[in-house]
Amino acid sequence: MLNNLMQSRLRGLVILALILLILPVFLGNPFHYELVTQMAIIAATVVGLNLLVGFAGQISLGHAGFFGLGAYFTGIATGTYGWPSVPALVVGAIVVGFIAWIVGRPILRLKGHYLSMATLAVGFIIAIILNNERALTGGPDGMPVPAFEVFGWELSAFGSYSLFGIDIEGFQAWYIFASVVLLVAVWFALNLIESPIGRALRSVHGSEVAASVVGVNTAKYKSLVFVISAVYASLMGSLYAHFQGFITPAVASFEFSILFITMVVLGGMGSTFGVILGAVVLKLLPQVLADFQELEHVMFGLILMLTMIFMPKGLLPTLTIFFSKRMRRKAGGEA
Amino acid sequence: MTALVEVKGLDKAFGGVHAVEGVSFSVEAGQVYSVIGPNGAGKTTLFNLITGLYTPTKGEILLNGESTAKLEPNELAERGMCRTFQQMQICMNMTAIENVMLGRHLQLRSSLFTTLFRLPSLRRNEAAARKRAAELMEYVGCGEYLDTDASAMSYGALKRLEIARALAAEPRVILLDEPAAGLNAVETAALEDLIRKIADQGTTVMLVEHDMKLVMGISDRLLVLNYGRVLAEGSPEEIRQNPDVIAAYLGG
Repeated sequence: MLNNLMQSRLRGLVILALILLILPVFLGNPFHYELVTQMAIIAATVVGLNLLVGFAGQISLGHAGFFGLGAYFTGIATGTYGWPSVPALVVGAIVVGFIAWIVGRPILRLKGHYLSMATLAVGFIIAIILNNERALTGGPDGMPVPAFEVFGWELSAFGSYSLFGIDIEGFQAWYIFASVVLLVAVWFALNLIESPIGRALRSVHGSEVAASVVGVNTAKYKSLVFVISAVYASLMGSLYAHFQGFITPAVASFEFSILFITMVVLGGMGSTFGVILGAVVLKLLPQVLADFQELEHVMFGLILMLTMIFMPKGLLPTLTIFFSKRMRRKAGGEA
Repeated sequence: MTALVEVKGLDKAFGGVHAVEGVSFSVEAGQVYSVIGPNGAGKTTLFNLITGLYTPTKGEILLNGESTAKLEPNELAERGMCRTFQQMQICMNMTAIENVMLGRHLQLRSSLFTTLFRLPSLRRNEAAARKRAAELMEYVGCGEYLDTDASAMSYGALKRLEIARALAAEPRVILLDEPAAGLNAVETAALEDLIRKIADQGTTVMLVEHDMKLVMGISDRLLVLNYGRVLAEGSPEEIRQNPDVIAAYLGG
């Protein structure tokens, strides 16, 4: 059975699941769990962003805007108005998807730098609104967000739970929850890519002219993938808000948007598992570089530059090519 | 019998340059109809106008009696028109067979829900599309490349792949823009067989081509363009004997 799975198209998903299953062995304290849970939520966001950037070849420098909108929709609906978490999450995603559709229709006609500028502006506008609508959002000071709850059952990082008779802490429960969310997000992305819709999206990247003459409505598919990636961001923003318990407009900031796009580019555009690696590396680097203190940002920038110069395809695709070449050479040597 | 493609008084100006000027002709269903002319005569511009990539400055194009003026290229594809390009348009970020399967886009409508959960209906349709795409690749003569990345294929193979993609859409009329350009003699002979096979199966073929031997051999009718205007129109025999054409193009 496992052998069959390893042969199939879901091999990567199985490996990811195994890694997530084994990972707790190496996680020593709540801080580690917190970091990995954040990684999983952000990784799921960039898996969605990668559908737009890596597969359909359109850029968005404002995706934190959608992430922030999801986070604040959840914060306001559950915190201020007492909605249950799941309806808030779903309605938030629908609203954000609708906003992305309205905004996307005019700006997706643009290409390259112009599209970058337009999406950048969208992100800025959202961040400015979140900063200024103090009555709703608490302004720059941020706002508290209640714990995630389903049917009266609360998932709090500070609670303690029992899963199949095993006692676990709240931060471990969140880790499990975020892992499942990431796996589902990846599964949806893989299914989408390997389908007629996915081919149409990739053809928009490969050759828009070729796509249109075989009947692909390129404008429609660009809108569709823009909305899907925004919905991914919104859903993950909602979960992030619940997990953090407190949000500030920083979740919608330009820096966050750039971080997302860097994860995609660094990990490997158009590689679903590559961008997850990108998210992991970019979340880990600041921790590792903390020892360098004031040189931290210089080191961070240097590593990014060197990676882009020597691995322009991104981390995972480059490593895959490297190892498959070595394997082939080894196999050739033995024959 | 009504014409499948009818062009009336077509004009396309880029700034002050008239790339196509006052061109009229009609293509009957089932014909192999070729457009020839020296470089810069407006042949590719004409194809771009017919397939909706350019908007005419003046004039009208009818596809099966319907005006194409307001239709996007993808809407023309829905009405049975497909094409290849002189500057090949292949999705280099996909494998060979995925490129051909892209051609079946219009036959493969599936909802987002079906897609996200990869329901059995989608898997069945995908398997059928893959089988059909593999057959078409065999048919055009690049069957050995199935899962090869398009970016790793030779020029000649990509030219055939582009035809397979166009055929995958099951068009009523297929426009081939210089399919023989860059091919050697053996490949050109294979291409001639292929075009004849396509025409024999009832698909109308419109062809822009420089290879005179190829064009004269397979065309039912020819349109000769020169500086954007129609120089002559007729059967290969008529064209061969037309003094204007001989002077302007065939060079005696």
